[in-house]
Amino acid sequence: MAEARGAVAACVAAVLGSRGGANRVFEILELLAAEQQEAVASAVRGCGRLFGALLERGELFVGRLPAEEAVLDGPRSAEDKYRMWMRHRYRSCLDSLAELLAHEAFQVKELALCTLMKFVELEIRHPLVEPEWRGGFTFPRELLKVVVDGLIPLNEDASLLISRFQEYMEYDDVRYFVMKAVTESIGQVMQRTKERPLPIYQQNVFSLISPINMPNKERDLSKFMVKQENREEWKVSKLQAHKQAFEKMWLSFLKHKLPTGLYKKVLVILHDSILPYMNEPTLMMDFLTMAYGIGGAISLLALNGLFILIHQHNLEYPDFYKKLYSLLDPSIYHVKYRARFFHLADLFLSSSHLPAYLVAAFIKRLSRLALTAPPEALLMVIPFICNLFRRHPACRVLVHRPDGPEDLSEDPYIMEEKEPSESRALESSLWELQSLQNHYHPDVAQAAAVLNQSLSEIEDNISGLLELSACELFDREIKKKKADVPLEFEPVRGLFGKKNDIFAEHFTLD
Amino acid sequence: MGKAGKWKRKASVPGGSKGAAKSTVDVIKSNPFEVKVNKQKFNILGRKTKNDVGLPGVSRSKAIKKRTQTLLKEYKEKEKSNVFKDKRFGEYNTKLSPEEKMIKRFTLERQQNFGKNNIYNLNEDEELTHYGQSLAEIEKLNDIVDSDSDTEERGTLSAELTEAHFGGGGGLLCKKVSSGQEAEEEEKPKSRKELIEELIAKSKQEKQERQTQRESALELTEKLDNDWKEIQTLMVRKTPKSEKKDKEEKPKPDEYDMIVRELGFEMKAKPSDRMKTEEELAKEEQARLQKLEADRLRRMHGIDEKEEAKKKPKHISADDLADGFILDKDDRRMLSYKKEEEEDGNEESNENEEDEEEDNEHESEEESAAEDEEGVDEDNHSDLESDLESEEEGTGNKEQNQESNEDQSQNMEEQELKIEMSLKLNVLSFTYVWDNLLGNKAKLEKLFGFLLEYIGELATLDLPELKTIDRLVLPLYNLCQMFPESASDSMKFVLRDAAHDTEELIEVKGRATFPGLDMLIYLKITSLLFPTSDFRHPVVTPAFIYMSQLLTKCRITTLQDVVKGLFICCLFLEYVSLSRRFVPELINFLLGIFHISLPKKQAQGYTVVHPFTPVGKNLELLLVSDKKDLESWQKKNLPLSIVTRLKEMSKTELNHIRLSCLALCFDLTKKSAALYESLPSFHEIMDPVRILLKHHLPVKNKNVLCSQILSHFSLEFGRKLGGSKKEQERKRLIHKHKREFKGAIREIRKDNQFLARLQLEEIMERDAARKRKVKELLGSLATQEGEWKAMKRKKRKN
Repeated sequence: MAEARGAVAACVAAVLGSRGGANRVFEILELLAAEQQEAVASAVRGCGRLFGALLERGELFVGRLPAEEAVLDGPRSAEDKYRMWMRHRYRSCLDSLAELLAHEAFQVKELALCTLMKFVELEIRHPLVEPEWRGGFTFPRELLKVVVDGLIPLNEDASLLISRFQEYMEYDDVRYFVMKAVTESIGQVMQRTKERPLPIYQQNVFSLISPINMPNKERDLSKFMVKQENREEWKVSKLQAHKQAFEKMWLSFLKHKLPTGLYKKVLVILHDSILPYMNEPTLMMDFLTMAYGIGGAISLLALNGLFILIHQHNLEYPDFYKKLYSLLDPSIYHVKYRARFFHLADLFLSSSHLPAYLVAAFIKRLSRLALTAPPEALLMVIPFICNLFRRHPACRVLVHRPDGPEDLSEDPYIMEEKEPSESRALESSLWELQSLQNHYHPDVAQAAAVLNQSLSEIEDNISGLLELSACELFDREIKKKKADVPLEFEPVRGLFGKKNDIFAEHFTLD
Repeated sequence: MGKAGKWKRKASVPGGSKGAAKSTVDVIKSNPFEVKVNKQKFNILGRKTKNDVGLPGVSRSKAIKKRTQTLLKEYKEKEKSNVFKDKRFGEYNTKLSPEEKMIKRFTLERQQNFGKNNIYNLNEDEELTHYGQSLAEIEKLNDIVDSDSDTEERGTLSAELTEAHFGGGGGLLCKKVSSGQEAEEEEKPKSRKELIEELIAKSKQEKQERQTQRESALELTEKLDNDWKEIQTLMVRKTPKSEKKDKEEKPKPDEYDMIVRELGFEMKAKPSDRMKTEEELAKEEQARLQKLEADRLRRMHGIDEKEEAKKKPKHISADDLADGFILDKDDRRMLSYKKEEEEDGNEESNENEEDEEEDNEHESEEESAAEDEEGVDEDNHSDLESDLESEEEGTGNKEQNQESNEDQSQNMEEQELKIEMSLKLNVLSFTYVWDNLLGNKAKLEKLFGFLLEYIGELATLDLPELKTIDRLVLPLYNLCQMFPESASDSMKFVLRDAAHDTEELIEVKGRATFPGLDMLIYLKITSLLFPTSDFRHPVVTPAFIYMSQLLTKCRITTLQDVVKGLFICCLFLEYVSLSRRFVPELINFLLGIFHISLPKKQAQGYTVVHPFTPVGKNLELLLVSDKKDLESWQKKNLPLSIVTRLKEMSKTELNHIRLSCLALCFDLTKKSAALYESLPSFHEIMDPVRILLKHHLPVKNKNVLCSQILSHFSLEFGRKLGGSKKEQERKRLIHKHKREFKGAIREIRKDNQFLARLQLEEIMERDAARKRKVKELLGSLATQEGEWKAMKRKKRKN
C-alpha cells in the first residue's frame, strides 16, 4: 500500500505548500473512509501531520465557527474564509477519526486515538476558542468528550484501546476532564436506555475508570498537559475539584444496576481505590448496604467497604453481627475471597467487648462448617478459632466444660438459627474440632490437637495462613526431604489385589 | 482408769454383737416370717441372682445398730467441745495380737520412764534387757557372729536363728503357737550345747556356699565385660577402621579367652545355618509381619514424628537389634543368593559385624522369596541351578534388559511385546540383581521410572491395557522394595507434575477438569506401594492433598467425571481404611453425587459444597427416569475403561451406568459411615446425607434398588446411634452414679428419721418425767392437805 502512503504524503505536501493545493485535503479525508486498513492508517497519519502543522501555524480559525454556507457568503477576507473553511475540514476530520475509533482493526483504532490525543495536546497549546478572559485557561473539552465516547462504545469490548489510553490519564488535567466526560456520558447513555443494564458499556466504563490513579496530595498534582504560568489559580489544579469529579463519576456509575460480575469487581477495588479518594465516602453507604444485603459472595465483598465506613466514618449498621453471622455458609471455605473475608472477620471479632454468646456462636458455626472444608482452609480456621478463644476466655467452656451435659447424643447448638443469641452455642462443645484431630492431613490434625493442651497467651498470627492454597500445601509437602521412605509390606497381587479391596467390588479391569 | 474402762466396754460391743448377729441370722433365715422373697418373673440363664431373698428385719436392725454406734454418738456429743481420745497404743489396730500389743505398750512405758528416771537416777545400775532377758547374759553366749555374714544376711534372719539368739518371751510364745505338733514329736528338748554346735555347722556351710557363688559371679562378670568391650567396638558406628584396629589391639587377648570365644562362636554359628522347618519359617514370617504392623501403627499415630524432632542422628532406637546392622545407604542386596556370599568372601575381610549383617540379610531374603509368587520362585531356583553358566547368561540378560528399557521408552505401540515383557520383567528384576552388583543398579533404579511412564502410556490409550498394567504392578512393587528412595522420588515427580497441571488449569480457567485414567491408576499404585496409614508420608501425604484438590476443584460435567470422582472417593476410603482419618471432601462429594441424581428443585434442608452447586446446568446428570431401564438394571461392576470411552453407548447402557454409579455411591456412603461412626461429631458430618436420603429418596421410589439400599442404610444408621464402647462405658458410669446418688439420699433420709425418732423419744421421756414429778407433787400436796384437814377435824372434835 505504498501508493496510498505516497498519495497521502503528496497531498499533505501540496496542502501545506500552497493555498492553491488546499482542495487536495478532500483526497485525504476520503481515504479515511477507505476499505483497506493500510490506506486508512496512512490517511490518519497524514491527517495528523497536516492538521498538526496547520494548528501550529495558526491557519485554523479561532473562535465560534459559523456554519459552512455562511462562511462563503459572509463579508470576510479571503484569509478568514480560508481559515474557516480549513477549520470545517478539521472538524470533519475529527468526526471521521472518532468513527475510526470503532474500526475493526486495532491498529487503526490505536492510530486514531493517538492522533486525536495529539490534536488535544496541540489545541491546548493553540486554542481554537478564545479564552473568556485574559489569562484564562482553555481545554478542548468537546474534543476530549469525543475521544471518551469513542473509548466506551455500547456494544464492543474496548479494553485494549482503553489500556492504550492509560498513558494520557497520567496528565492530571486530562484525567480531570475525562472524569467529567465519563460522568456526562453515563448520564446520557443511561437515560437513553431507560435503566436497562448495558453489560458491555458498563464493562467498558469500568475498565476506563477503575485504573484511575488519584493523587494523594495537592503537591502530587504536577503533571499537566496545559503548560501555563499561573496554573495555581486554575480550578483543575485543586485536589478538591478532582475528588469531586471522581466522586460524581463513581456515584453516577454505581447508581445504575450492575451485572453480578461487575458488581464483584467494583467491590473488590472499592475499599482500596475508590473510598479513600472521595470527598464524602458516606455517600457510598446506600450502595454498600444494598450490596451487603444481596447475599453470597457480593455480601462478602461489601464487608470491606462497610468496615471502612463503620470504622472511619461512624456508620451505624444495625444487626451487623447478625448479618455477618448469616454470611457464614459452607461456601466461605471454598470461595476465592476467603482470605479477605477472614481477614475482616478477624478484625470484627477482635473486639473484646463482644458478648460471649455471639463469639461462641461464631466459633461454633465456623467449626461446624469446617467439617466440609478443604485442608488449606482448615489450617487457617483452626488458629482463627484458637485466637477467638484467647480473646474471649468466657468461650472456653466450649472446649472444657467441667459439668457438661450428660447426654452427648444431641448437640444443643442450632445450626439453622439465624439469630446468634438463639443458637444455644454456649451450651455446646467443639466436638467438630475433636473430629478434625482425625483429619487425614497431618498438619490439620496437629493444629486441631492444640486444643488438647492449654492455650498459650500469645495469639497466633494468621495473616500468613489466609492466602494459603492447596497448591502451596502440596509443594510444601512434596519438597520435604525425608531420610527414609516407609514401604507397604503387604505383598501385592495386582492392581486391585489387596485384601478387601474396595475397587474389586465395584470396578473391573476392562 | 474409769474412762478407759468405759471405752473398753464400748469397744468390745461390736465384737460381741457380731457373734450374736451371726447366730441370729441363721435363726432368722430359717424363720419363714422373717424372709422376704423377691419374685423373679423370668429365669435368665447365666444371670447371677443375689437379691432373690431379703431379710428386712435383720438389715434394719443392722442399720439401727450401726447408727447407734456412729450417729448416736455424734448426736450426743453434738454441742460438746471436749473429746475423749484413746491414746493407748494400738488399741484399735486389729492386726496386732494382744500379746504384741502388750509388749509394745510395755516398751513404750519403759521408754517413757527411762528418760525420767535418768534425771534422778545417777548410778546407772539398771539392767538392760531384751525380751525380758538381760543383755549381759545374752552376750555371754559366745557364738561367733561374723560381721561379714551379718551384713550379707540382713533381713534374712531365719526363725531358728532368731530364736536361738534372742530366745525371748515373744519367740517362745511364737514357738508355742506355731509348732505345737513339733513339740509333740520331740518332746525332749535339745541341750544348749547341741543346739549351738548345730548352728555353727550350718552357718559354716552357708558361708562356703556363698564363697563359691561369689567367685563364679566374679568370673562371669569379667567375661561379660570382655564380651561387652568387643561388642562395643562394633556398636560405635563411625569409628574409622584404623582406629578400630587400634582398639582391638590394645587389650592383649588372652589365649584361653580367645579359644573360649571361638568355641562360643562356632557353637552359635551352627544352628543358624540349619535349614529352618516350615513351621519355624511361618513363625518367623508372622513375627516379622507383626513387627511391621507394629511399626505401621506407630507411624500411623505419628509418634515417630515427635520423636524425630528430638532424636539425634546417632540415637539408637528401642527397636534396634543392637547387632550393628545399620542401613546407611540403600544397597541392601535383598534378593542375592549364594553367589554374593562367595564374592563377599573374596572381597572383604570377614568381620563379625559383616557376618551378622549377612545373617540378617539371609533371613530377609528367604522371607521375601517366600512372599513372591510361585512363578518367580521357580525362576529364581532355576537360575540358582544354572549359577555356573550365569556369566554368559547374565550378560545376555543385561542386553535384553537394556533393549527392553529402550522398548518401553520408544516404541510403545508394539502390543505383542507387552505381556511377554511384563512376564520377563518379573524375572528380570531378580536375575538382574544377581549379576549387576557392579554398576547396573543405577539402571535398575531408573527402571521404576520407566515402568511408571509406561503404565501411564498404557492407561491413556484409547483402549487402556489394564490387564497389562495389572501384571506390571508386581515388578513395580518389587522394584520399590529394592529402591524405596528412587521409587518415591519418581512417584513424587509424577504427582507434582499432575498437581501443577491442575493448578495451572485453575489459574487460567478458574476451574479444573479431572485427570485421565493414568493419574487415577498412579494414585491407586501409590496405595499399593506405600503405607497409606502413616501420619505423614513423603509420597502419600502429597497424594492426599492432590486428591482433595481434585474433589474440591474439578467441575462435574459428564458421566465420566462422576465415575472418576467416585474412583477417587474409593481411593480416599482405601487410603484411610486403616487409620480411620476424617476426609471432609469425601462426604461432600458423595453428597454432591446424590444431589445430582435428584430431580431439580428438590434440594432442601442441606447445602452442597463447592464443586456442586444448588442450581446450575449439570443438575440432573445422574437422574434416571426411564422405568424400563430401571427394571432391567442389574448390579454390575463398572469397567474402568468407560472413563475413556463412553460415546458409543446406547441410552439404556448409559442409564445402567448411572445406576451403577449410584449404587457405588451408596456403598461408599455406607462404608464411610461405618468408618467415621466413632468420631464425636459423626452426626453433624453425616447429617446432610441423612437428610437428603430421608427426604428425597421416597420421591424417587421407582428406583427399587435405591429404596432397598436405603432401608439397609437407615438400619445401619439406627444402629450407629447406639454409640461406641466409650459411650457405653460413659452411660454405665452415669447410671451407676445415679444409683449411688439415690442410695445416699435414702441413707440420709433414714439418718434423719433415726434422729427424729431419738428426739421424740427424748421429748417423751422428758414429758413423762415431768408428769411423774407433777403427780408426785400433787400427791404430796394432797396428802399434806389431807393431813391438815384431818388435824382440823381433830381439833374440832376436840
